[in-house]
Amino acid sequence: MPEQLVFAMEVFLNGLMAGVLYALVALGFVLIYKASGIFNYAQGVMALFAAMTLVGIQKGQVPFAHLINALFGADLHYFGWSVNSVVAICFTVVVMIGLAWMVQRFVFRHLVGQEPIILFMATIGLAYFLEGVADLMWGSEIKTLNVCLAGELCLPQGINTWIDETTFNIFDYGFFIDNLDITATIVAILLVAALIAFSQYTKQGRAMRAVADDHQAALSVGVSLNFIWVLVWSVAGFVALVAGIMWGAKSGVQFSLSLIALKALPVLMLGGFTSIPGAIVGGLIIGVGEKLFEFAIGPMIGGATENWFAYVLALIFLVFRPQGLFGEKIIERV
Amino acid sequence: MLDQSDGYVTEDGRKIGSVVMEMKNITLRFGGVEAIKNISFDIREGEIRAIIGPNGAGKSSMLNVISGFYVPQDGEVWYRGERRAPMRPYEVARQGIARTFQNIALFEGMSVLDNVMTGRLTKMKSGLFGQAIWKGKAEAEEVANREVAEKIIDFLEIQSIRKTPVARLPYGLKKRVELARALASQPKILLLDEPMAGMNVEEKEDMSRFILDVNDEFGTTIALIEHDMGVVMDLSDRVVVMDYGKKIGDGTPDEVRANQDVIDAYLGVSHD
Ligand SMILES: Nc1ncnc2c1ncn2[C@@H]1O[C@H](COP(=O)(O)OP(=O)(O)OP(=O)(O)O)[C@@H](O)[C@H]1O
Ligand SMILES: [Mg+2]
Repeated sequence: MPEQLVFAMEVFLNGLMAGVLYALVALGFVLIYKASGIFNYAQGVMALFAAMTLVGIQKGQVPFAHLINALFGADLHYFGWSVNSVVAICFTVVVMIGLAWMVQRFVFRHLVGQEPIILFMATIGLAYFLEGVADLMWGSEIKTLNVCLAGELCLPQGINTWIDETTFNIFDYGFFIDNLDITATIVAILLVAALIAFSQYTKQGRAMRAVADDHQAALSVGVSLNFIWVLVWSVAGFVALVAGIMWGAKSGVQFSLSLIALKALPVLMLGGFTSIPGAIVGGLIIGVGEKLFEFAIGPMIGGATENWFAYVLALIFLVFRPQGLFGEKIIERV
Repeated sequence: MLDQSDGYVTEDGRKIGSVVMEMKNITLRFGGVEAIKNISFDIREGEIRAIIGPNGAGKSSMLNVISGFYVPQDGEVWYRGERRAPMRPYEVARQGIARTFQNIALFEGMSVLDNVMTGRLTKMKSGLFGQAIWKGKAEAEEVANREVAEKIIDFLEIQSIRKTPVARLPYGLKKRVELARALASQPKILLLDEPMAGMNVEEKEDMSRFILDVNDEFGTTIALIEHDMGVVMDLSDRVVVMDYGKKIGDGTPDEVRANQDVIDAYLGVSHD
């Protein structure tokens, strides 16, 4: 097999796995957008907030320590204990549900029936507010994140030696694939399967689909919109936590994490704002596309194409299929 | 006018019970527009109650007040002998009051069966964690709900389109699916906003038959809005007539037909 093709295969696989992470963020967007028509700009910040909260709880950090110290002249930083990952994840989930409830109660409940652009602006406000809260609560330094389910069973780091050796035996060239990326892919698949099962087979899932389809009709069959919106923000918060763990474990928990939300935008343009399969396929296409483009064309035009490739691809897509790959057809009523 | 406070038996042998819902001095305004002006009327258990009137009379508004979609500025709603506090539509639905809409509100992205199954949501008990833990119980519940849905689908003769996405159905069938979804909750009171609008003669006959059968077989109390006078006169036990937000007549079809105000309203006598 020609050498270039083997390289391309490795790039392709790595792109696929980068795409999984994009898809995870896009998934959170789609959930909220479908159920409430809100384009949640804060989804990326939610991932950051969730990851910071998780690390903070794990390390026994005192929340709002800086604020407390400044106000009372205390010198608090850590409680002096560390919390098991599983327990910390459970607490973080509770925090994300609380956040969902507050967002609905104090922001969107007062904006029912407003123009989409106003709802969007509210989520921009929410993003900056949440970023500020995250900073105030847990501090702004970069944190390393590691999650261990039990004892030695931790999120794996480093490259996968089995793949490296196997591909070396076949192609005479070993592929470098991150163990963490493989784990993220498996977790993402499990998460999507759980979400599908939830929406297809539970009462709340059915109600969620009903609200996503038609608010009036949902009300008439006894569904509380408010409850469903809190539920959807909670689920999106959980998805954000998973995305935050994976990104955080990969590149550290830092504020640039919230910028991955911007990468989700081209993913959504490609996949359609209302489609869960679209978010996944869109994420994979962007992931693979930008890695392959950088590999094949990048050297000719001076590299760093990953910064803009996704947006250009989305733009080209918008021209030919504005509703995205899987989005509902836009039919002009005349 | 009829006045049997504990109910009576109709000519065709159906039992009509006592008052189950009562509207007292309802007034509803939209900005400067008074859509409903101080209207009172009641609905008896087991009867078919029609609301008629020219376009813009306030009929849909009245149905929306009953189902909680609109909150009146004035007046009281009494349900089963108790005054009802202002309620959200989903709370009204959970009290056993189901409805259809003048402009059809179906879940377009779902199949007919899934639409009808959403009508069972108020009857599903297992909570989120219950469903995860008591898998067997949740499954038994699902089967039971499914059975009710299938029965209603058979009843309304839409078996052949069970799996069809609703978006693909013609208008007349959509109306029927919407009725099926409302029936799936096994409501005490069924509110129908122009169930036969836009249908051809044959479809209207089918729909009339279904409405009578529902009332007869399940004993469901029905309040319906309809423009076709022939249909109204055939179906209903009592009729409320509205015009410009006011009640101008209330009684049996024969009484209403003989009412001079009603005749004037329908013949378009000027209002001054
Ligand atoms: N949501 C609303 N906002 C403002 N005005 C409304 C609203 N709903 C109804 N109206 C007004 O209330 C009045 C009564 O309307 P309604 O829909 O109840 O009439 P209707 O008797 O059902 O008429 P139709 O036979 O055409 O369905 C109309 O003047 C209408 O414009
Ligand atoms: Mg109407």
